[in-house]
Amino acid sequence: MSELITKTAAELAEALAAGETTSVELTQVHLDRIAAVDGDAEAGIHAFLHVDPEGALAQAAESDARRAAGETRHLLDGVPIAVKDVLATQGLPTTCGSKILEGWVPPYDATVVRRIKAAGLPILGKTNMDEFAMGSSTEHSAYGPTRNPWDQTRIPGGSGGGSAAAVAAFEAPLALGTDTGGSIRQPGAVTGTVGVKPTYGGVSRYGLVALANSLDQVGPVTRTVLDSALLHELIGGHDPLDSTSVDAPVGSFVEAARQGATGDLAGLRVGVIKELAGDGWQAGVMQRFAETVDLLKELGAEVTEISCPSFVHAMAAYYLILPAECSSNLAKFDAMRYGLRVVPEGDPSAEAVMKATRDAGFGDEVKRRIMIGTYALSSGYYDAYYGQAQKVRTLISRDFAAAFENVDVLVSPTSPTTAFALGDKLDDPLAMYLQDLATIPANLAGVPGISVPAGLADEDGLPVGFQVLAPALADERLYRVGAAVEAALTTRWGGPILAKAPNLEGGR
Amino acid sequence: MAQISRDEVAHLADLARIDLDDAELDHLAPQLNVILEAVASISGVAGDDVPPTSHPIPLTNVFREDVVVPGLTAEQALSGAPEAEEQRFRVPRILGDEQ
Repeated sequence: MSELITKTAAELAEALAAGETTSVELTQVHLDRIAAVDGDAEAGIHAFLHVDPEGALAQAAESDARRAAGETRHLLDGVPIAVKDVLATQGLPTTCGSKILEGWVPPYDATVVRRIKAAGLPILGKTNMDEFAMGSSTEHSAYGPTRNPWDQTRIPGGSGGGSAAAVAAFEAPLALGTDTGGSIRQPGAVTGTVGVKPTYGGVSRYGLVALANSLDQVGPVTRTVLDSALLHELIGGHDPLDSTSVDAPVGSFVEAARQGATGDLAGLRVGVIKELAGDGWQAGVMQRFAETVDLLKELGAEVTEISCPSFVHAMAAYYLILPAECSSNLAKFDAMRYGLRVVPEGDPSAEAVMKATRDAGFGDEVKRRIMIGTYALSSGYYDAYYGQAQKVRTLISRDFAAAFENVDVLVSPTSPTTAFALGDKLDDPLAMYLQDLATIPANLAGVPGISVPAGLADEDGLPVGFQVLAPALADERLYRVGAAVEAALTTRWGGPILAKAPNLEGGR
Repeated sequence: MAQISRDEVAHLADLARIDLDDAELDHLAPQLNVILEAVASISGVAGDDVPPTSHPIPLTNVFREDVVVPGLTAEQALSGAPEAEEQRFRVPRILGDEQ
């Protein structure tokens, strides 16, 4: 194992700039790490569904040539990255964790992928995920689960468990994720890493295979707040190819992270969300959360408790709006233009082919959500379910607006529990959905959120996440507060939280 | 309280073009009921005076100049097709037995 893999992306960028390493070397050490620890569906971390050694090394060699010629394109030029398998990558398989897209190679790049390629970041491979991003454990991947580097009998969170586990296991310094109801933040929490869901529209969704268009957002998955800021600035900003892209300048996230790391939060007004606590919230999670809130006070913040009464209805609204949107989105998987085609015996009609294909190609969770969505949108139920859920969405946005009149940021634990055992909630969809209680409101209202490590829970020694939420387009605040928490806790712990994670390569 | 029967689940699957067999229906139908029961708590939460939100950030339609921009070639567009013929997607017969 090379020491290089434990460095942050910012440190690797500095090492490249100083001529202490090359992109080819950095890419190779990460490929070596993947070969050593990633394993397969049966054992190992299994963060990757596809690894591209030749492509990554070729991109790295080009980066080194650019640097030698003095033509470096970006601070992160040459720093390798992993990409969640829900983002279209030209020439690399994109399966969304589904059998229905097995072997599909997109003929175009997602805008965020185009941007990281243009900046010169070699793409190591595509990361594992719950099928079409439906899940909170990565167990709904059709290609086998990802395992949590802290304890390989436990879930890495989901849907982006592959991206989070890849950075937690030092298989990649950076990764891209997507967050529809917590799929970046909850995996970050349970793997001891950092994840950011930007403001809705802050990052292009073009080339992201949509789960729920009004909720999905692409964001950074990293080990430090500064690295997330660097990546967010690179992928963020207006994209004419996404009509929901916000036409506003990208914020100064790196500057905010550097400022936050100085540890001065004097005058910052923090609201603790009253509704995100109580029964079902693990004691060790609440303990680390309370300590982190105390830490904010020590750093100069004014902390008050804020009630967001409609948040208790967020999960119900979400599990109507999301299935409704996904049932229409996934209608495109019809066995005609791409993906799997299953042809029943005899002379079947297109409709029979479609039905057989969707039965064979979709897993249980996808089928459940498509059917719930179909039900919620059917005439006679539309007003009672979907219509009502859209109204509750308004109430949740109003709760946020009222809260942000009095505080600058809201905070909560990211997830009610630490990582649970693989298999525990696989056939209990409702228990799985409860994992997203704290993360869902941000998606419904379009506001940005970050999860940063808050320590390890006493009862199981597993990572706990601290969530910070800010008003729409005020993503800088996440970086300021996140970096302050990270800097203070890292000092208190005597090093980064991942230094306490088990060694994955035997004998080291 | 809304309860959906096994027959209704079979009908939903039909509408959603998913060919569920008996074992899958037995497995999924009770789970759908549990989910629907949980989300039904939403009824009556918001009054008639609350406007619905379809989209978190208010947006108006976005337009661009009507000019030709690069797109996929026919080969690229067909590259993932289960079957293609003469630069077209080849599909099974589209008329059902009852038409």
